[in-house]
Amino acid sequence: MIYREAGQFKASYEEDQQIFPIKQDRIVMATLVVATFLVVPFVASEYWLQAVLTPVLVFALAALGLNILTGYAGQLSLGTGAFMAVGAYATYNFLLRLDGLPFLVGLALGGLSAAAVGIVFGLPSLRIKGFYLAMATLAAQFFIIWVLTKFPWFSNYSSSGIISAQRIEILGFAFDTPVSKYLLTLAIVSLLALAAKNLARTNTGRSWMAVRDMDVAAEVIGIPLMKTKLLAFAVSSFYCGIAGGLYAYTYLGTVEPDGFGLDLSFKILFMIIIGGMGSVLGAFLGAAFILLLPVGINVLMHTSVGALVPATLASNLELIVFGVLIIFFLIVEPHGLTRLWQIGKEKLRLWPFPH
Amino acid sequence: MARVIGDVILDLQNISLSFGGVKALTNISFDVREGEIRAIIGPNGAGKSSMLNVINGVYHPQQGRIVFRGQERRRMNPHEAAAQGIARTFQNIALFKGMTVLDNIMTGRNLLMRRNFLWNALYWGPSRREEIAHRRRVEEIIDFLEIQNIRKTPVGRLPYGLQKRVELARALAAEPSLLLLDEPMAGMNVEEKQDMCRFILDVNEQLGTTIVLIEHDMGVVMDISDRVVVLDYGRKIGDGSPDEVRNDPVVIEAYLGGAAH
Amino acid sequence: MQFFLEVLIGGLLAGMLYALVALGFVLIFKASGVFNFAQGAMVFFAALTFVGLTERLPQWFGFSPEWAGLFWIALLLTAAIMVLFAWLVERFMLRKLVNQPAITLFMATIGLTYLIEGVAQGMWGAMVRGLDLGISDEPVMWLLERHNLMISKFDLVAAAVAGVLVAVLAFFFQYTKVGRALRAVADDHQAALSVGIPLQRIWVIVWAVAGFVAIVAGLVWGSRNGVQFALTFTALKALPVLILGGLTSVPGAIVGGLIIGASEKLAEVYLGPYVGGGIDSWFPYVLALVFLLIRPEGLFGEKHIDRV
Repeated sequence: MIYREAGQFKASYEEDQQIFPIKQDRIVMATLVVATFLVVPFVASEYWLQAVLTPVLVFALAALGLNILTGYAGQLSLGTGAFMAVGAYATYNFLLRLDGLPFLVGLALGGLSAAAVGIVFGLPSLRIKGFYLAMATLAAQFFIIWVLTKFPWFSNYSSSGIISAQRIEILGFAFDTPVSKYLLTLAIVSLLALAAKNLARTNTGRSWMAVRDMDVAAEVIGIPLMKTKLLAFAVSSFYCGIAGGLYAYTYLGTVEPDGFGLDLSFKILFMIIIGGMGSVLGAFLGAAFILLLPVGINVLMHTSVGALVPATLASNLELIVFGVLIIFFLIVEPHGLTRLWQIGKEKLRLWPFPH
Repeated sequence: MARVIGDVILDLQNISLSFGGVKALTNISFDVREGEIRAIIGPNGAGKSSMLNVINGVYHPQQGRIVFRGQERRRMNPHEAAAQGIARTFQNIALFKGMTVLDNIMTGRNLLMRRNFLWNALYWGPSRREEIAHRRRVEEIIDFLEIQNIRKTPVGRLPYGLQKRVELARALAAEPSLLLLDEPMAGMNVEEKQDMCRFILDVNEQLGTTIVLIEHDMGVVMDISDRVVVLDYGRKIGDGSPDEVRNDPVVIEAYLGGAAH
Repeated sequence: MQFFLEVLIGGLLAGMLYALVALGFVLIFKASGVFNFAQGAMVFFAALTFVGLTERLPQWFGFSPEWAGLFWIALLLTAAIMVLFAWLVERFMLRKLVNQPAITLFMATIGLTYLIEGVAQGMWGAMVRGLDLGISDEPVMWLLERHNLMISKFDLVAAAVAGVLVAVLAFFFQYTKVGRALRAVADDHQAALSVGIPLQRIWVIVWAVAGFVAIVAGLVWGSRNGVQFALTFTALKALPVLILGGLTSVPGAIVGGLIIGASEKLAEVYLGPYVGGGIDSWFPYVLALVFLLIRPEGLFGEKHIDRV
């Protein structure tokens, strides 16, 4: 009875094209926004803000970036970590070398740098597809990390390429507490998530999905393949770049090139597989799931159940669980947690009737 | 509305196409007049689909010229062809499986939409107005083809016949001047065929769209087309009105055989 | 010139090892259309299982670790475990992903990689182990004396092993009944099914054969660098080899391996110093990529025509 759309008539196409056409969804979303911006900062502990909520948001943004490329436009990338690294290091260098550059401008420039690099490594997508393209993004992954490690200019001649984020200051207000960093991250991620949703539901997103589903047909309809794919690479890398910047500035504070390695790329790929390909919500669900899973396993290992598991196995449990879950989701629910969420909503809509 | 058959809109001259050493089309010439329904028939492997693929630039012929709307070219590319008003459907349905019917048809309007991704990211002002305006046009097509009830269904879940109809809708959404249909009625039952025939005739009559279609059902072809081209082993062996073709001894010999009478 | 030759030959020999890993990929790709990212993890798993068995078996059954039969028993058991592994993969993964897009299968094998790594280390522990196959890693004397070339005996043996394996596989593919069935499956799943080829059994066989290849690769690599997690990275070395050689070609894997091995070493030695070294992490990829842009189907791959 709570979740019904009966009586909610749409009188215009405008109303039909809203992100949340059902009133209850809008209420939930509004509550969520209010809660995350106004309630969480006051009730969450510093640990939660710093070690859970901020990284979940940062990774959700990176996953969103990858989802744009892989989930929407259908171009598999294994180089997400490297594009994040470009964002982080470019932001650092812009802020370092241009005196008085506002933080947000530096961050945006970092994102744009990542977009530019993304376009370069996206160029092979015009000729090659599938795992061949995945190989091209692997090249990006290894090459970019190598460049950042080998050329000390990028890290201002620090040892082994480590950079320490400068203090964040926006309009004279310093973001140096966990709460303020969380809020800054939340604001940026929310805006970009909204933008991604808008892209996905308009002509841009439809072109991406068309290329993903059947590129020959897309071309015949008049969707320019080159422009569409490169745009996906650019926008995706922009998101990853911003995520990389936030990763360095609001989450870790200190990063090194190796921290953006292949493992990070895989982790983000897992987020979209488990969260849901081609869905904005999925990026958030996936990021939360993947980041909280090790915490959950850890907690479990410290209970009486954990005592039954041999120590060597316990330390590798995370790998095993990740592996099994990836295969499980690909087999059982290729659309991930998002689809489960939708099924739940369908059920709720019909409740108490089964059909 | 009375049908008007105009001048030649598409002229194919001496088209030859081969893959590796295999000749798919050999020296084929025919034309299409504005406003007519032009059928291409022939046995399996005669090169019919290849012909359509040449017209809208999926394949590039090694020889020959294509004159479309007075512009002569050696070859088309698919994007150019679409931009010049050529739309098509495919023999094996080529819908975007992961998208809804509505979104599939909306992709057909891609070329008519002007807002870039920055506007779209904001979904504000011009971008929103554009989306709504095109949605309105797409809804007209949805009404026209009577698929209102499935507009929010992912196309992958639809039965075959409906998918064919959605594909036609997507092609129509581009407001083409030349529509290429590759076996629009293959695999349909009699009722679905009747519906599809009616839609094709309606498109031709009400929208004035020129249509080139490939079809195996001779009854349908003879009923709805103005002129017919007959291909066999990549060569043209007949061309003319349905009656002429039906009575052409070469065609009967090569294609219809004795069973035609 | 001497030095150049040494680098070149060293590179070619290393390339044989890349080829060995790439071969595992090609086998699986040919028969099931799966791009098996887990091949490197399988190499690690096989080597670790073998070493683990040689350690544990004497303890369990109380015979001397010096006994000569231990090697063969451990090898046999490892092979048996790879067959079991192949069966499990088919039963619980491939079978459920039939008719899914290739990219989905690819991602599933990334999951499989994590699973194998976790299981391998969970079973045998994560420490680095030595593996001694009794082949010395010394320069071959007569080459050193006669031609002043430093070529390791070990590398030569490894290359010979790889060569033999390739020959055996080529024979297997070309002349046995199972090999014919494999080629049929590679050509067209549906058609193979319709003439009565048991697809699922074929998959088990081919994954098991890829497992055997992984054992050989694992032993050779492991005795060179120690049996450790880094063995999984052999997959990353093999990927550019595949691209170069074409995904479906056995000779392609070999030639690709040689080209990548040689050019990587040459680039490291002659280009590396100018840019700070370490370029072998990405050089093969860039090489393969440049090549892809010129010839998307690889050296020996089949050209693909899109049908509409």
